[in-house]
Amino acid sequence: MALQAITANRLIDGAVVYLSAEGAWVPSIASAALAESEDDAAGLTAAGERAIAERAVIAPYLIEIERGPDGIRPKRHREQLRALGPSVSFGRPAAV
Amino acid sequence: MYRYDSYDRQLVQERVEQFRGQVQRRLSGELTEEEFKPLRLMNGLYLQLHAYMLRVAIPYGTLSSTQLRTLAHIARRYDKGYGHFTTRQNLQFNWPSLADTPDILAELAEVEMHAIQTSGNCIRNVTADHFAGAAAGEVEDPRIWCEIIRQWSTFHPEFSFLPRKFKIAVTATDRDRAALRVHDIGLKLLRDHRGIGFEVMVGGGQGRTPALAKTIRPYLSAEHLLSYLEAILRTYNLLGRRDNLYKARIKILVDAVGPAEFARLVEEEWRQIPQDRVDLPEAEIRRIRAFFAQPPFETVPQLDPEFELLRRGDRAFARWVKSNTAAHKQPGYAIVTLSLKPHGGIPGDATSEQMDAIADLADTYSFGEIRVTHEQNLALVHVRQRDLFALWQALIPLDLATPNIGLATDIIACPGLDYCSLANARSIPVAQRISLALQDLDRLGAIGELKIKISGCINACGHHHVGHIGILGVDKKGEEFYQVTLGGSGDETAAIGEIVGPAFSSDRVVWAVATVIETYLARRSGPEERFLDAYRRLGPDPFKEALYAAH
Repeated sequence: MALQAITANRLIDGAVVYLSAEGAWVPSIASAALAESEDDAAGLTAAGERAIAERAVIAPYLIEIERGPDGIRPKRHREQLRALGPSVSFGRPAAV
Repeated sequence: MYRYDSYDRQLVQERVEQFRGQVQRRLSGELTEEEFKPLRLMNGLYLQLHAYMLRVAIPYGTLSSTQLRTLAHIARRYDKGYGHFTTRQNLQFNWPSLADTPDILAELAEVEMHAIQTSGNCIRNVTADHFAGAAAGEVEDPRIWCEIIRQWSTFHPEFSFLPRKFKIAVTATDRDRAALRVHDIGLKLLRDHRGIGFEVMVGGGQGRTPALAKTIRPYLSAEHLLSYLEAILRTYNLLGRRDNLYKARIKILVDAVGPAEFARLVEEEWRQIPQDRVDLPEAEIRRIRAFFAQPPFETVPQLDPEFELLRRGDRAFARWVKSNTAAHKQPGYAIVTLSLKPHGGIPGDATSEQMDAIADLADTYSFGEIRVTHEQNLALVHVRQRDLFALWQALIPLDLATPNIGLATDIIACPGLDYCSLANARSIPVAQRISLALQDLDRLGAIGELKIKISGCINACGHHHVGHIGILGVDKKGEEFYQVTLGGSGDETAAIGEIVGPAFSSDRVVWAVATVIETYLARRSGPEERFLDAYRRLGPDPFKEALYAAH
């Protein structure tokens, strides 16, 4: 089975978060708990359900993870953008 | 500008308090996300890839300087210091928190703004010619009728749960700057011996199934606008499909029954409506019309000699005047478009600092009023010729004077996969790369009018179907590819672009655009033949040949 992590958007501000090994929902994917088996993945899903009930996050789901030279990253392009934020430098102040 | 009366004010303030209660109940757990989602969407609050996104309605693209300062303040206080102007003449904040949103809406209500009906299957913000009230040859200010439609459609109980969203646009000149033919309803104000009326077009739209609106009534007396709109909406509400999201727009219904039959159904419905109970009394139309009376223009010469001297003496100023100003109906005045397309920048983004500065410039030079264009720029539409040089000099350090309006780097791009949860591919970085590749101003001028429009998915928020060059981002096995269409147009000669061939990889898409432009330059009959005219004369073959032969 491919490595998996669980991600969601935080209820209060919509921020992208991942469930960490310590059981907290954190913005950094580097701290994400990784599931290597179906059982692990089921554990993450159950934690996601609890987080919905506790009003911590919205709509958690599992994503596939790969290991690269700079640590772990999501396999899918869309999830890579979610993990890193927009690929463009927004809110550039005017050159005044 | 229109000013809220006590009904408008009460309506919007009550909605803010309702939403405040709904947010509290969501945060306390009384409401699940499933229950809350339709409530937040009714108030313009989406959940995107990285955060919530709040879409604020800018009715028919008109803002006062006070409203723009409030948007700047909200961006600074509750967001990340910028906002994004969209192809629907709206403004989107990309990073508001759920907890702050009721306060944001309360601040908006203070300046007569809201986010009502910026989402959901209802009548959305009515859009207009962004040069309304200033354009030469105008029948009358189309915003009078936009405001009438706005009041009628706000919380209209019958039309709050349509089969799908519904977009109406209004113009009042022969030039179509509002893309009427790609709206659910396009209304063109005209005047003949019967008085003022509308050409009524129905069933246009982009998205998965692009279609141009068909004229179902060449002339509708303006006084009957609301009852006739009600007949169209009711016909659609009854017969439009609700079983398939992709077949629910009115364009599908008009196509299925045929425009003539659809027109007959509308007329039949219209005859049954007690028109005098729906159409506004003349006194109310007069009351609303008065809000759009023209500003106190000065009587000045048609051509200001000092302006003419400066224009002749400064090549950069002359270039900006040529591309970024347009003829005004009032002698000695000009319409100025502020480019939100700095080369390499993000189309439609404006920082709080820019918004504050634009509000000040509007107060100084344009009666305190700002327009949002559907092409993601801003405009000051009532500027004296003699003030153009000073305005231009003020815009340069703000990075708002790129002389590219209507040219190849005035690119429309949707937020794409950098922000949007529906997108399949990124749009903004493609726009940035094309814009940097084409930034040479002499060359840009030599290419002439060219509209490049980019969408990150088939929903076509970036209007790619009506781009002279349209670019659609697609996902091919996890990689971004871009399909190119040619020959689209959103103006009075509206056309849906044709797909030129297989999609290009992200690496090749800028080359593809450059190749299309090279082919045009080599084949045009002369510098006066615009890209769109050349394409219509030549057809797609020379472009296909250049793009795909020998590769």
